[in-house]
Amino acid sequence: MGDVLAIAELKDRKIRPVVNEVVAVAASVAKRLGGSAHALVLGGAGVGEHSGELGTFGAEVVRVGEDPALEGYVPETHAAVIAEVVASHGYAAVLFTATALGKDLAPRVAALVDAPLASDVMHLEVDGGKLVGTRPIYGGKALARVRFEASPAVLSLRRNAFGANGSPAAGRIEPFTAALPDGVRMRIVDFRAVEAGAVDVSEATVIVSGGRGMKGAEHWGLLEELRNALGPGAALGASRAVVDAGWRPHGEQVGQTGKTVAPKLYFAVGISGAIQHLAGMRTAQTIVAINKDSDAPIFAVADYGIVGDAFEVLPRLTAEITALRAEG
Amino acid sequence: MTLDIIVCVKRVPDTDTRVRFTDGATAIDPEGVKYIVSPYDEFALEAAFRTTEAGGSGRVTVITLGSEASEETLRATLAAGADAAVLLRVQGSVTMDGLATAKTLAAELETREEQLVLFGVKAGDDDQQQVGPMVATLLGRPCASSVTSFEVDGGVIRCERDVEGGTEVVELDLPAVVTLTKGEFELRYASLKGIMAAKQKPLEVKDADLPEGRLTIERLDYPPERAEGRIVGEGVEAVPELVRLLRDEANVLC
Repeated sequence: MGDVLAIAELKDRKIRPVVNEVVAVAASVAKRLGGSAHALVLGGAGVGEHSGELGTFGAEVVRVGEDPALEGYVPETHAAVIAEVVASHGYAAVLFTATALGKDLAPRVAALVDAPLASDVMHLEVDGGKLVGTRPIYGGKALARVRFEASPAVLSLRRNAFGANGSPAAGRIEPFTAALPDGVRMRIVDFRAVEAGAVDVSEATVIVSGGRGMKGAEHWGLLEELRNALGPGAALGASRAVVDAGWRPHGEQVGQTGKTVAPKLYFAVGISGAIQHLAGMRTAQTIVAINKDSDAPIFAVADYGIVGDAFEVLPRLTAEITALRAEG
Repeated sequence: MTLDIIVCVKRVPDTDTRVRFTDGATAIDPEGVKYIVSPYDEFALEAAFRTTEAGGSGRVTVITLGSEASEETLRATLAAGADAAVLLRVQGSVTMDGLATAKTLAAELETREEQLVLFGVKAGDDDQQQVGPMVATLLGRPCASSVTSFEVDGGVIRCERDVEGGTEVVELDLPAVVTLTKGEFELRYASLKGIMAAKQKPLEVKDADLPEGRLTIERLDYPPERAEGRIVGEGVEAVPELVRLLRDEANVLC
């Protein structure tokens, strides 16, 4: 059986756009395995409504499990339902998105179906009927080519590494009744949003990151102004030194012990470029470095650098970008 | 209530390491590499210390799976304050297959009494982020991942999780598994007294079977080099040119 299952992740009861990419990869892998791509959507009542759209990206079948118990993400419940679907159909591979949720869920499913898991896969091929993926290790300092010696193969895919370029397929909706596990021993009691409307650094298309050269938490207003000038989709980032000093929360840390990011545009302001920071942002499309020290290692990976005082450069940069965006 | 805690740790290269390997290699060259307790495991360790200290009782045991070289890692955790350590000694190297590791760990943990199992959210070498939730699933225990802080109250552990866009608060019934990320648990330094005391603390070495890995490394590569960049200029005068390049050359501004 060469069918491949793509797991849909929801946010605010809607299928997240990143799922399109996972479905497109599932379709391409299934084709090479002689099977077809299926998508699995789990959620509360009405979640199946727009699920057929996954056909546009290559899903032949969209299996929809609607149940009030699946409204929010409860790891044990979701894992059990997915594992049941995987085991009963006999999929060759199961694909998740390498988001915070996907990385929490995939290992549980892998353990339930007794299958190996490769996380954060950024390139995938089929070789001799086996899946072979490429994934970063040591915080991105090296890439490992890994081969699955078992089926099913479970993978989480790095966002934006593949592109959502699937050929359309039927997108036939097949509702099913999810077999819910009993005695779930985890309860979600609260959620506190960081900042209304703020973009998570791992999802941002533009990142403005500050380092020790910013000299203190009280100067972050300069970085926030630049972020605001860059429009929606821009987020703040921080170096490890800054987080360790307590100037910024860990959720913003970019690097080996923080988040790995790949935005379109990355500003490194007052960041010297320690190897563990570079590992986390070196796959950004364009990198801009602003630093007083012309010998700072960050300039070795930056596409464009300004040697200078961030406190002088930032306000001018914010003003220029604001003016440019106002021109349209 | 006395709460005993077991912390699962891994020996990994220091995050400052410049990893090197030869063509066609499937592992990095260990020459000159300094090995440490994986940074996220340190958060788990500190969380265990604070929990047992606050409760006024309870033991902290540290466990790892690896070769004899991991004894040094375990001694470091004993010096920092752990009461006992266990090395599950396996032949050959631990592979990329986290489920194989999880099965061996779960088999050992199942025989033990600890109500709380802590992990770092991921290891500083493979970055797979999977062994903690896998162990929980194999043991049939609830698991909260990416936890920044927690409190134990009777038979319930209340955890704050770092999720996209905010913090989620969850409650788990003990026995439970929790994986830690960076939050309030910065590991204390080992005192001289602690280092001396560590030599007398129990470190048990047990031979363990590791199932054959079903996710094998075929090859390592270095990430592609970035094209050489340029210094646009010095100070505030360089800003207009930078903005022009970002718009017209890099095409990353509207």
